[in-house]
Amino acid sequence: MSKRIGMEIALAAAEAVALCRPDVVAAYPITPNTHIPEHLSDIVAEGRIDTDFICVESEHSALSACCGASGAGARAFTATSSQGLLYMAEIVPIASSMRLPIVMAIGNRALSGPINIWNDHSDIMSQRDSGWISLFAADGQETVDMMIQAFKIAEHRDVMLPVNINLDGFQLTHVVEPMLLPEQKEVDRFLPPYKPYAALHPDNAVSMGSLGMPDIFNEAMQAKDHALIRSKKVILEVWKEWEQLFGRKYEPIGAYRMNGAEVALLTLGSMGDTAEVAVDEMRSKGVKVGLLKLKLWRPFPTEELIKAVKGLTSLAVIDRAVSFGGANAPVAAEIKAALYDQKERPLITNYIIGLGGRDVVVDDFVKMVEKTIDARKKKPKEAYEIYGVRGS
Amino acid sequence: MIEIRWHGRGGQGAVTSVETLALAAIGEGRYAQGFPSFGPERRGAPVAAFNRIDDKKIRVRSGIYNPDVVVVLDSSLMGLVNVAEGLKPGGTLIVNTVKSPEEVKKETGFKGTVATVDASKIAREEMGVPITNTTMIGAAVKATGVVKIGSVKEPLKHRFGRIAQKNINAMERAYKELKIAK
Amino acid sequence: MEKAKKWPEKWQELNPGCMVLRPGSAREYHTGTWRSQRPIFDTNRCIKCGVCYIFCPEGCIHQGADGYFSADLDYCKGCGICAHECWPGAITMVEEG
Repeated sequence: MSKRIGMEIALAAAEAVALCRPDVVAAYPITPNTHIPEHLSDIVAEGRIDTDFICVESEHSALSACCGASGAGARAFTATSSQGLLYMAEIVPIASSMRLPIVMAIGNRALSGPINIWNDHSDIMSQRDSGWISLFAADGQETVDMMIQAFKIAEHRDVMLPVNINLDGFQLTHVVEPMLLPEQKEVDRFLPPYKPYAALHPDNAVSMGSLGMPDIFNEAMQAKDHALIRSKKVILEVWKEWEQLFGRKYEPIGAYRMNGAEVALLTLGSMGDTAEVAVDEMRSKGVKVGLLKLKLWRPFPTEELIKAVKGLTSLAVIDRAVSFGGANAPVAAEIKAALYDQKERPLITNYIIGLGGRDVVVDDFVKMVEKTIDARKKKPKEAYEIYGVRGS
Repeated sequence: MIEIRWHGRGGQGAVTSVETLALAAIGEGRYAQGFPSFGPERRGAPVAAFNRIDDKKIRVRSGIYNPDVVVVLDSSLMGLVNVAEGLKPGGTLIVNTVKSPEEVKKETGFKGTVATVDASKIAREEMGVPITNTTMIGAAVKATGVVKIGSVKEPLKHRFGRIAQKNINAMERAYKELKIAK
Repeated sequence: MEKAKKWPEKWQELNPGCMVLRPGSAREYHTGTWRSQRPIFDTNRCIKCGVCYIFCPEGCIHQGADGYFSADLDYCKGCGICAHECWPGAITMVEEG
């Protein structure tokens, strides 16, 4: 029976990972995700889990240690944010190329500079093309659930890919709120011990991390892309199983009040919760608005997106990162690419909000919807704007 | 939904106050958020921490700009920080001070409910240190009734272990000794 | 000696993660074939210190049952480092040919 707990979300994330019985945790602290590996180290020290906690000297070592551990057949976990993610960036595509089912929690934080420890999505957006499965949690419950789901998805024989779970730094990591934490035996039933496809062992030696000549590299990349695309099937199956066991539904794109909507917002992460309140406010005033909350970022759910935007006249895509000098911010660029071939597609506006922890309030969403509705009459000059920036 | 802003100084435990209050509401089967003003802060610098408490799921995740209640853990902040900024006109201001609610009302110009208690004195007497974060929870609960006073005991026991009873005593004294001026 | 197929024809044939499931396949690649000089070991001078074994960059110098060292000519590239490092002067490089 799940237990209703009140806890800081980062600590609850650690508790959820502990329930998954990781063999190895190698992590280096960085604000704002520090409490995740810190609390895991407490749990290990208390003897609650039989885990090797490796205090590495950097994030690069953290992911390297996880690769080694995972290659040897261990269930491995790490956590980081922002500059830490960039420090391990050299290893990030290697983990997915080597098909190692490592799970990583990312407390999303702005990339420097200037130095900023607060929330935005620029860190994960820099790793868009890394070949990892990417999930976005909107609240504490989704964080807990996704940590556990991640291991099952990653280790599935038809997937064998690393998974990162994105939770907004401070906005989620440092908030105390109620969550339901599954029981150990429920998680054990859902998540059996890791059975690797192959493991580094002297009795059955294999080589991992080989060189790939031009003559083979294209094929290797095709195989990697195919693995990520194909993983969506397993993700949906795991989510279906989760719903049967725990009653909580997960979809690549969650829909809120989309019935009869003419204009919609699309968000990733915790700002979606605030957007729901804005949608309720606008609906009460007769605005036919809805909300799409993207939970599955990679593999990108093109099919679900096309279905979700059917009938919409306009779509406001809310990004939380800038693609400097790009045609659009990351999420909008993805959405536009996915919808380009459709005969009917909504007018898309793109607002970048909440960079570096700038607060995102209900009224911001109301205004962005109003601007999007106005955009139908007068097309905005720019393809995207950093919403609310002073001096514009 | 009720929104509460706490004012304290870095190191005085405002985060514990909001966490404890959030856990008290969650323990009652309700919904709550407790979070600090995000970021590093040196000891002694003015900080704020926040609570939202509701009977249904809380979806708004922005900062709190128009709280229903403001709690001030340290009276020295009164001249330094505009503690009543954004406080709803019909809201409640609760201050740790030797002054009376009427005096504070006059000083701040706030027209709503003001409540005061000398929490520093209570904390010194009950715990030996003038750290008022748990003491003021009693004041907040008495002035607002946002949770039952009994609901605060369990989170305090869990958090403070051996010294929990002292904190509970201090909290209950503030609950009793709080003076309120509507 | 079994020669492995050079490249998998199709991407579907690749092992997951490009793993090499047959260990030690590097042994099939005889790097000694382009050698232009070869080390000769003089057992009269050799004191069995093992310095040549340590310094060989190819790792192809082995100690025999009698304790003396020799190079595996399938892999020895003739770099001459063993001769350079052998301080009793027990190794000389001679031209192939």
